[in-house]
Order: sequence, then C-alpha cells, then structure tokens
Amino acid sequence: MNPLMLWFHKSGSPPEFYRLAGRFQPWLWALALIFGVIGLYLGLLRAPADYLQGESARIMYIHVPSAWMSMFIFAFMAFCGVLALVWHVKISEVLLISAAPIGVGFTAVTLITGSLWGRPTWGTYWEWDARMTSELVLLFLYFGVLGLFHAFDDRRKGARAASLLALIGLVNLPIIHYSVTWWNSLHQGSSINLMTGTSAIDASMLWPLLIMTLASKLWFGASLMQRARVEVIDLESGKDWVQALLPPTAEKPKPQP
Amino acid sequence: MSSPLGDAFFGLLARDAIGLWRRRGEVLNPVLFALMVATLFPLALGPEAARLARVASGVSWVIVLLASLLSLDVLFRSDVEDGSLDAMRVSQQPLAVLVAGKILLHWLATAVPLIVLSPIIALALGMPRIGVSTLVLALLLATPQISVFGACAAALTASLHRSGILLSLIVLPLAVPALIFGAGAVETVLVGGNPAQPLFLLAAGGILAVAFGPLVCASALRMSAS
Repeated sequence: MNPLMLWFHKSGSPPEFYRLAGRFQPWLWALALIFGVIGLYLGLLRAPADYLQGESARIMYIHVPSAWMSMFIFAFMAFCGVLALVWHVKISEVLLISAAPIGVGFTAVTLITGSLWGRPTWGTYWEWDARMTSELVLLFLYFGVLGLFHAFDDRRKGARAASLLALIGLVNLPIIHYSVTWWNSLHQGSSINLMTGTSAIDASMLWPLLIMTLASKLWFGASLMQRARVEVIDLESGKDWVQALLPPTAEKPKPQP
Repeated sequence: MSSPLGDAFFGLLARDAIGLWRRRGEVLNPVLFALMVATLFPLALGPEAARLARVASGVSWVIVLLASLLSLDVLFRSDVEDGSLDAMRVSQQPLAVLVAGKILLHWLATAVPLIVLSPIIALALGMPRIGVSTLVLALLLATPQISVFGACAAALTASLHRSGILLSLIVLPLAVPALIFGAGAVETVLVGGNPAQPLFLLAAGGILAVAFGPLVCASALRMSAS
C-alpha cells in the first residue's frame, strides 16, 4: 500500500484521528488567529474606504469570507457524506456532524453582517433578493441535516441519514451561486475573478479579503478538529482506548453496549 | 406481456391503490386543507379584490406545496412497520423501481387533486384567466419533483417514530427552485411575457428528480430498514 493510502487509512481510525487532530488543533488555532488579526488589521484599518459606500464597505472583510465558508462547509459535508455512504468511514461521519454547527455559525454571520451592511447601503435590513433568500434557505438546509441527525437515537444511523441529506442538499448550492445571474436584483454581481486576473476590486482591498478567507478556512479547520475530537470520544466512549485516556484515579464509566 | 418486474411493480401499485381506496377519506385531507387555507387568505388580507388578485397565483402555489406535505408522513411508515419493506428489499426486483411505483401513486393521489383544485382557488382569489393554463402546466411539471423530494424525506425519516416538523424542514428548502420557477412562470404570463424559460427549467428539474429521485429514495429506505 502506498504511503498516502496508508496515512489515509490510519488517520481514519478513531484513536489515531483523536491523536492527530489533537496535534493539529493548536497550530490551526494559532494560524487562524494570526491570519485573522492580520486580515482584520489590514481590512478594518489599512484598506481604503469605499468611495461610494464609505466605511461600511469594510463589513465585506467579514461578510464575504463567511459567505464563502457557508457554502464551502456544505460542500465539505457532502464530500464527507460520500465517504460515509460509500466506504462507511466512521471518521467522515464524525466530521460531517461536527462541521454542521460551524456551517450554521458562518451562515448566520453572513446573514447578520449582510443585513447590517444592507441598512446603510441599500437602506433596508432585509431585501428579498435572490442571494439573501438562498443563503437563508441554506441555513434551513443546515438545520435539516442537524435535525435529522439528532432525531435518531442511533448516532451512526443518524449520521448516515444526514450524509444522504447533505448530498441531496448540495443540489441547492449551485442555485445559490448562480442565482445572481438568474435573477437581476439589488445584489451586485460577483466582482472577483481570480482565474482571468481581471478583478474589479483593487489589490488594496483584495489582499485583506484573501487573508480573511484563509483565516476563516483555518478557523473552520481548528474548530472542526476540536468538535470532532469530542464527538469521537462520545461515539467511542465504551472503547478501551478512551478508557485509557482517563486519569487512573478517575471513576470509569460503565462501557456501553 | 408479463415480466417479473412488471408483475412486482403493478402488483405493488394495485395493493397500495386498494389501501388508498379503503382510506379514501384520508386522501381528501390535502384537498380540504388547501380549500381551508385558501379561505383564510381573504379573511386575513381583506376582501379587496385587487389586492387578492395580485397574490392569487403565488398563494395557490404555496398552498399546493404545503398541502402536498400532509400525506408524506405515512408514505413508507406502514411498509417499514409491517415488514413489507423488508420483503421489497429481499425481492429480486430493484427497490428503486418499486419505490418509483409508490411515488407515482402518491403523486396521483395527492398532487393530481391539488392540480385540479388550484386553478379554481387561483380564479376564486381573482387571478386573471390567462394564467390558468400556465398554472396547470407549471404544476404538472413541478409536482413530480415535489413528490420525489417528499418521498426522499419520508424515506429518510421512515424509521423514526415522529417525523413531524422534520419532514417540512427537509422538503421545503429542496422545493424552493420548483416554487420559484413555477410561480415565476405564472407571473411572467400575467405580465404578458413568455413563460418558456421558467417552464423549461422546471421541466429540467423535474426530469432530473424523476430520474434520480427513486434511486436516492431507495438507498434512504435501505438505510432506514437496516
């Protein structure tokens, strides 16, 4: 077996994952914090204010990365869902379920910052435009996945049902993304195009945005590791390796069947 | 012309149709629900005809969507409980085809009466008559995918004792595109436009849903039963 596959299989075993995630986690938190601070400093203090929107355009440095994350995390969940459904990878079930609340967080942040941004620029907190509405629908999709998972007593059965729903829900993601072109609305079209290098956004604004995007990805990674570790411990609480983690003096819980 | 698959498909269809006929009062529930909700709108918005006419087509779409959620809960429940699903799983025939039969029957029993009813509701609320044919056509294109999404959600929750709000939470976001294009098509006609684009998109979504939906639904059912 080649080393990559070996690593993949090894880190898929719960004790090994727990150990690995514990090792990555502080680094991820630290990097997320560093990039977050740099990005916020550049975005909130150094980048020029928008000539039309003034200082309120700085909400972009929070709003846009979280909007990207809200969609990225759903795609990530669907990816984990495929691994869970096809190869029955236990860890990918854990990752899917741990990612969902983080996705809810980013989606909520997107909606809230978007609404706060809309007040000074559009003159309204909420506009029923395509993108905002589909972001709200995305929030409901997240709730559906979480609700379905928690409705099952058997965690693994719940996780598999949630995996399938995440896959079905992925159908909704393109609609969010292309809704801008489907419906003309208040929302401006996408102004970043890295592929052709013809961004309609100035470099002084682009850099903080990209750094914030990186920071939000790292934050997601760190938060995911932390949540997944707890979830793994919870799932495997009866197993020997979890018992071995307890200090020797601690009262051992009865192994669950 | 008889094949084992055809026998299984039509046999199951006949069995479920008989079951539906014996519970025919229940089949009427979505229709009654739709009528009642339609009555509530004028009461809530006021009897002013112009205002009602403006919302008529949208209201009838929402009513159809909500009413078609009502009967989903029982779609697979009895099959899971009495073991018919296990028999279907171990039978030689592909589960997806058998499930497609169940979805078809559900569509015939729930969606078709609503499709007949909704132009009446829309006209009663004051929708201009030019919208009727598009409304019916759009509903014919949109309801199959709503039924398929509903069946998938019902399959996912079939082994749960109570699915209640969870079903709506799963189905409604997925039904959003159907609602947007369906209602959009009718709106386009009412303002004098050509509804071809939303109708084609609706049809595309419907074809995708009908083609892949039963497969997804079958795998969800296998998961529920295991």
